[in-house]
Amino acid sequence: MVSGLELRDVTVRYGDTTALDGVSMAVAPGEVVALLGPSGSGKSTLLRAIAGLEPLVEGTILWDGADLAAVPTHKRGFGMVFQDGQLFPTMSVGRNVGYGLTHLPKAAQRARVTALLELVGLPGLEHRRPTELSGGQAQRVALARSLAPSPHALLLDEPLSALDPGLRRRLADDLALILRETHTTAVYVTHDPEEAERVADRVVTLSPPPAG
Amino acid sequence: MKIRIAVAALAALGLAACGGPAPEAGPGSGPATTPGTQAPTESKTLTVVTHDSFALPEDLLKKFADETGYEVTYVAPGEGTSLVNQLILTKDSPLGDVVFGIDSTLASRALREGVVVPHVADAKVIDGLAAEGLTPVDFGDVCVNADSAWFAANDVPVPTTLDDLTAPAYKELFVVPSPTSSSPGQSFLLATIGAKGDGWVDYWKALEDNGVKLAAGWSDAYYTDFSGADGKGPRPLVLSYATSPAYTVDGDASTTEALLGTCIRQVEYAGVLAGAQNEVGAAKFIDFLLTPEVQATIPENMYMYPALDGVALPDEWAKFAPLSDEPIAIDGAQIDTGLEDWLRTWAEQIG
Amino acid sequence: MTKAAWRAAWVAAALLPAAFLAVFFAWPAANLVVQGFRDDGVWTPSGFAAVFSSARTWRAVGFTLASAGATTLLCVLLGLPGAHALYRCRFPGRDALRAAVTVPFVLPTVAVGVAFGALLREDGWLGWLGLDGTPVAIVAAMVFFNYSVVVRTVGAMWARLDPRLAQAGATLGAGPLRVFLTVTLPTLAPAVLSAAALVFLFSSSSYGIVMVLGHGRFHTVETEIWFLTTQLLDLRGAAALSVTQLVIVALALWATGRAQAGLTRALTLQPDVGATRRYDARRDLPALAATLATALLLLGLPIANLVWRSLHRGGALTLANYSELATATVQGASPWRALGTSLTTALAATAIAVPLGVLVALVASRRPRRPSARRALAAVEAAYLLPLGVSAVTVGFGYLITLNRPPLDLRSSLILIPIAQAVVALPLVVRSLLPTLRAVDPRQLEAAATLGSPPWSVLARIELPHLTRGLGLAVGFAFATSLGEFGATSFLARPDNPTLPVLVVRLFGRPGAESYGLALAATVVLAGLAGAAMALAERARPEEVTAW
Repeated sequence: MVSGLELRDVTVRYGDTTALDGVSMAVAPGEVVALLGPSGSGKSTLLRAIAGLEPLVEGTILWDGADLAAVPTHKRGFGMVFQDGQLFPTMSVGRNVGYGLTHLPKAAQRARVTALLELVGLPGLEHRRPTELSGGQAQRVALARSLAPSPHALLLDEPLSALDPGLRRRLADDLALILRETHTTAVYVTHDPEEAERVADRVVTLSPPPAG
Repeated sequence: MKIRIAVAALAALGLAACGGPAPEAGPGSGPATTPGTQAPTESKTLTVVTHDSFALPEDLLKKFADETGYEVTYVAPGEGTSLVNQLILTKDSPLGDVVFGIDSTLASRALREGVVVPHVADAKVIDGLAAEGLTPVDFGDVCVNADSAWFAANDVPVPTTLDDLTAPAYKELFVVPSPTSSSPGQSFLLATIGAKGDGWVDYWKALEDNGVKLAAGWSDAYYTDFSGADGKGPRPLVLSYATSPAYTVDGDASTTEALLGTCIRQVEYAGVLAGAQNEVGAAKFIDFLLTPEVQATIPENMYMYPALDGVALPDEWAKFAPLSDEPIAIDGAQIDTGLEDWLRTWAEQIG
Repeated sequence: MTKAAWRAAWVAAALLPAAFLAVFFAWPAANLVVQGFRDDGVWTPSGFAAVFSSARTWRAVGFTLASAGATTLLCVLLGLPGAHALYRCRFPGRDALRAAVTVPFVLPTVAVGVAFGALLREDGWLGWLGLDGTPVAIVAAMVFFNYSVVVRTVGAMWARLDPRLAQAGATLGAGPLRVFLTVTLPTLAPAVLSAAALVFLFSSSSYGIVMVLGHGRFHTVETEIWFLTTQLLDLRGAAALSVTQLVIVALALWATGRAQAGLTRALTLQPDVGATRRYDARRDLPALAATLATALLLLGLPIANLVWRSLHRGGALTLANYSELATATVQGASPWRALGTSLTTALAATAIAVPLGVLVALVASRRPRRPSARRALAAVEAAYLLPLGVSAVTVGFGYLITLNRPPLDLRSSLILIPIAQAVVALPLVVRSLLPTLRAVDPRQLEAAATLGSPPWSVLARIELPHLTRGLGLAVGFAFATSLGEFGATSFLARPDNPTLPVLVVRLFGRPGAESYGLALAATVVLAGLAGAAMALAERARPEEVTAW
């Protein structure tokens, strides 16, 4: 049995366009893999396919040897950080971070939220609203939120692209540190090779599928 | 931008405040032309105010317009109480020159409020219809109607009196239009007051206990709830007119009949409006309404009996739509003082 | 054009529609209400005391609030699945279904009252439910009218909601139901509130439905005003109730204004991402099934029943009711001619309402710097909705006693009916045009200015083309509502030249099977025309016009 994440010949189509054509790769437990590629190569699509948000035309996705085909997104246990955070605007920071923790008793939830906010360098911001945060802060909260339920793996879809270069570099370093500290298995999509080197253990390049 | 709101608000308030020597709803205070002291007014146009059910053949109306040379317009702002109330509200700037459709229950109020100028046409009308200052044009009986076919099929005797309607044998069989929203309904209310005197509220409560259904208007009751009409509704007793059975004739008998012991007579009057701009024309119109040609068309067009003495009736009417010999009577002056209170009491306790 | 001339033009643009509403709406209504506070020349609020000490009044207020509340709740519950099915899914026939669902909004109350009455009677198709004459029938008819308000408003926002928000919830372990309740619904709140406030406004001022389906047993504030004014001539009582109704309406308007502002803010934050996906049975079947059930049972069944009954006379299937529409006459007017009159007055009303609505939309879409000015504009926009909520009796009667002196003695004039209809149509025109102007990115206007365009040129070349996109909808909407308008028109009736809704009511009041059948056929024609006009208008609806 191969532990960790494994993709075999994954193919995704939108109508007549092929977004992914026979992609195979493996991510070992605790490994951070960066997915590099030009736009249109299907990086985001691959991430979404792993999360269960895109149906596969062909191929399989396995976690610890188990086929995930029949498992819906909310049961896969893969966290996701989006490019613009996607924090829930009607909830406070604390409730955002605690969203995936409903299986824990209230006291444990609060404790975990506090711990994670400290981890991402934003202690004490539980009661702020997402609209009151800066771009960098919002992305840190998004990271905290997705790490809170201790996911099997974390999928990051260009999480730093919307930030300015100075902030990006600082946050990339922080991110690398946090992912290592928490031993998170992660797939990190970016178009910036330097960032990929900073954050990931291994860089994989995705080439666009042949036309048609 | 703020200027605009201020302007609009001021306009509304200012114009409303000086919007008029508002016609007060009090005893007659409008400028009434007293006949005899000034020459009656005349103009090229004649505005006729009627109730909703006014209908005469177009060629007769055209003939009137041609012969008198007036430009005639017809306005129909409502029926029954609604019509009279609008006349009262617009007293100092009347809606038209002549009104047709003031019925007997409201005649004295119209006169008291000074809405009409006394004028009676010179024609010979049937006895008992005349009223002071107004000219009777047509009349009819508002009675409870029964679906004879239904009663025969269900082997139940047809009721005859108002009291019968509260008997258990006729439970949930009666539908009546609400007196607060229907002119015949109001006539029925007056019939119950005329017949029961002060005990009329108890009578209505008894009707309620016996499952009477209230409808919004006559046509709802007759066409949707009555079993003897086209709608084939569930109830075989309905408030309608003495003439209704003439329209449910099947072969040589009618499938419905009027309960003549429950009738109240309704007379419709015409009058010259106070402050009219064409009083001469108004008088001519009233005379026109009482000519034999026009009176002869009233049965077919307005489903009422002509007031003029000696006018022939359609054949079916004589056979199937006889008038009541003894309609329930109620004093006009009594109606005038009591109508509002009665309606309020009914609305509060029953409605 | 000089700056002074530009300013003057704006002032004129603002004053013209304001003057129209002031003269033809505010003044007559205010006059009648003010009447009620006078007793022989002395100002007194005794009307309030008298009216509110009557148990019947409280029953009326209670029933108004209860029925409007129930209608709003049902519309939201049914409208949410409808919004999902019709705005987030793609399937063949979706656009037709969308248009069909919108048609009921403009149908004449007379037609709807008759249709529901015929359906729910003891011997009607749904008679076994025993709902005839119950409040359920009234609420059902009001939901019939207002269902599309919720579907449209919520759907348009939902379609633009970033799908990734819900996806984020899924990656955090929340199942579809939890995501809907904790993420989607709170985000849709501005749209839901905006729609709910409108539905509450419309259903709390409903008159024809309550009269016809309530069989005179249920009273709302509106029917009580009618009763007190026309039957008892109790103007003081009627005035007290009019003021009460104004308070209820103003509160609903305030709520809808706040919610509308929230909706606009929320919408501008959405990317122009289309979130519609192809129909997927697992995900969308419940919503689609609920929507189809509503469309067929609540919306389609009464209409189908109406058409069915119009094809019968004396129990036999026949086209006689339709063929006789051209020949039969009621007081000298045939239904055919009444239809012509209706079409002419509706066209005239549209010709009055649309230009005035354009002016209001232009003024209300300005973006002043000062917050006080912005608030004032928001108040103005809400104020233009008032004609929809104020009693038709108050306005109609008001016309009779105010427009009776030269130079405005219009009571017998033919122009008064289109004016009354235009007053009712104006708010709908404004709400159809305003969003198109608001959708213009202000930076585009700034760009045009930096390229040398004077203000009037920017207006003409950049903003007006946006406005014209909403014109199709505005015209169709105004025309359809004017066709079916009855409340104010019934007071200005002309027996020799009635509009079709008025004629239909008269036909219902006459004995004889032919009259009844003719009335049904005329109702079907009326409903068909209004519906067709609305369906055409819907095709011209621009995307950014989401609500009424």
